[in-house]
Amino acid sequence: MQIPPDLLSKIDEAISHYPVSKRSASLPLLHLFQEHFGYISEEAIVWIAEKLELQPINILELVTFYPMFRRKPAGKHHIRVCRTLACAMAGGYELKEKFCKATGIECHGHGHSGGHGHGDPVSISKDGKWSIEFVECLASCGTGPVCMVNDDFYEAVADEEIPQILSKYQ
Amino acid sequence: MPSPTRRTPHPREKRIVFANIDREGYTPDIECYLRNGGYEELRKAITMEPDAIVNEVKASGLRGRGGAGFPCGVKWGFIRRGGPKPTYLICNADESEPGTFKDRYIIHQDPHQLIEGMVIACFALDVHLAYIYIRGEFPQGAKILEKAIAEAKEKGFLGKNLLGTGFDLEIYVHRGAGAYICGEETGLIESLEGKRAYPRIKPPYFPAVLGLYQCPTIVNNVETLCNVKHIVRMGGAEYAKIGRPNNTGTRILCVSGDVQKPGYFEVEVGSLTMGEVINDLCGGLKPGRKLKAIIPGGSSAKVLKAGERYKIKEKAADGTMVDKEIGIEDIRMDFDSLAAVGSMAGSGGVIVMDDTRDMVKTLNNLNEFYAHESCGQCTPCREGSLWMRKITDRILAGGGVESDPDLLKSVADNIAGKTICAFGEACSWPTQSFVIKFREEFQGKSTKQLPPPTPPEYLSETLIGSEPKALPEGASH
Repeated sequence: MQIPPDLLSKIDEAISHYPVSKRSASLPLLHLFQEHFGYISEEAIVWIAEKLELQPINILELVTFYPMFRRKPAGKHHIRVCRTLACAMAGGYELKEKFCKATGIECHGHGHSGGHGHGDPVSISKDGKWSIEFVECLASCGTGPVCMVNDDFYEAVADEEIPQILSKYQ
Repeated sequence: MPSPTRRTPHPREKRIVFANIDREGYTPDIECYLRNGGYEELRKAITMEPDAIVNEVKASGLRGRGGAGFPCGVKWGFIRRGGPKPTYLICNADESEPGTFKDRYIIHQDPHQLIEGMVIACFALDVHLAYIYIRGEFPQGAKILEKAIAEAKEKGFLGKNLLGTGFDLEIYVHRGAGAYICGEETGLIESLEGKRAYPRIKPPYFPAVLGLYQCPTIVNNVETLCNVKHIVRMGGAEYAKIGRPNNTGTRILCVSGDVQKPGYFEVEVGSLTMGEVINDLCGGLKPGRKLKAIIPGGSSAKVLKAGERYKIKEKAADGTMVDKEIGIEDIRMDFDSLAAVGSMAGSGGVIVMDDTRDMVKTLNNLNEFYAHESCGQCTPCREGSLWMRKITDRILAGGGVESDPDLLKSVADNIAGKTICAFGEACSWPTQSFVIKFREEFQGKSTKQLPPPTPPEYLSETLIGSEPKALPEGASH
């Protein structure tokens, strides 16, 4: 695992935000690693633990607790569709199905275990370009159904907008 | 973040915190904020005695906008300046209660309003290190806040010796990672300490006494901190004239679900009834539909059923309390009135359901949310929230047995009040209220006789796999 210099400087900057306790930088470091590598590897867990003078279990227990962290790579572009009530009432489940169809993702079931394997919420397309996941309330209930593609947010997504949204990501 | 729903305020709104939201040409940068009178209240606040600011907030009657409605001034009053330990301030921007979508707009469109409110709060409480805990699902919001902090620092509103007062303050943005429980203030603190967000037991861990790093800590919601700025501008007494006694100020109502025009509306607390919110603000229900139910204060609030009658006490003009019977449309939208009808104003998220909605399916959706979000620390909640989801799952799959409505209620009854944090109540209130109020609907779908099919019909794969379709024919879940 290579840590490029710009990532390293971001890591040091993040740690400096917590003058009282380095341990507080665990979540920021996990975010930085996931942004850079796409997921949190075993190596990353050990590296972060060492950097923050913690035991690897202190980091692993965060990765397994916080839903946003992944231990396996997702697709090149990751779609998050809101599953919770107001979006579901506005067609969130249908939106997820349509995204799956448009991206060629085989989606199993509907809940948080829609992915491949027990307890894995992420489903990936065969070519690895897309992945999709049902997430809980994205806090835009007035404009459902909503979704995110990578860090971009889309609200009141109509069926005909799906190809247009996907075409932005290559 | 331009919203496709961008619209001009409704005439019945009173926009204070949301004054700049959706304003044509308003941008989140500091230049725009300064052109619109930004940081004037901070300049005023630094000329005041810190205790005087706390007293203004007390006089304003401002109640926390995150969900619990605790008086903000009282919370601040717990802090003793000059104690042996530092005090911290955390802005709770983990907005994640289903049905709530107000902080999102403040963060994305008017971040400096929040930062100014925070700086004033820090000045009043002698805080030199503050964090904004923003949910992980707002990556753009986090960037906007970081940029705003850098701008404020450059202009001297933050950092060392801010505005020449000799007062030092650093604010940092801390991103969560998708866990709803981080909205609970002690869970949030644990998370900020780099741990799993397991809420702490109270007592002794009241944040104002033993909070972040075991030091006194104030945790306030985004909307609450924004209000602080306006309290400094108006003065506490003047602010308290807005709204109603004990329910002062404005409130951002977030309406979603089956109304013609869902959206956010900043109104004087208690100035509208539920019926006016739905019919005037939101243009009523969709044509030909009838009201069935309303969740009035975020998904954890107990559901209200159309046609219900509530007996409440109301203060008459001469000051005496009189008994009154009201319907769902007459409920005044404030903290006390919603509590009086057995629900809560909570986070201000109103979810409206019309007669096309299946209540079992609706509850199942919420049960799935709570089962996913339970932190797992307390057994009744960890096991119970999942159990409730499994019961509503099986009712929907056609395998409901006659005793399921009672079982659901009994599981919920054994969670509420038996957990470390309020998540126990939050996950059981929907089930309790849905099952009691829509009993026929649950009973109608739970018709199988006991006992249900027993083990030989289950294959080991069907117990491990998550696919309902893998169940053998004739077996129920």
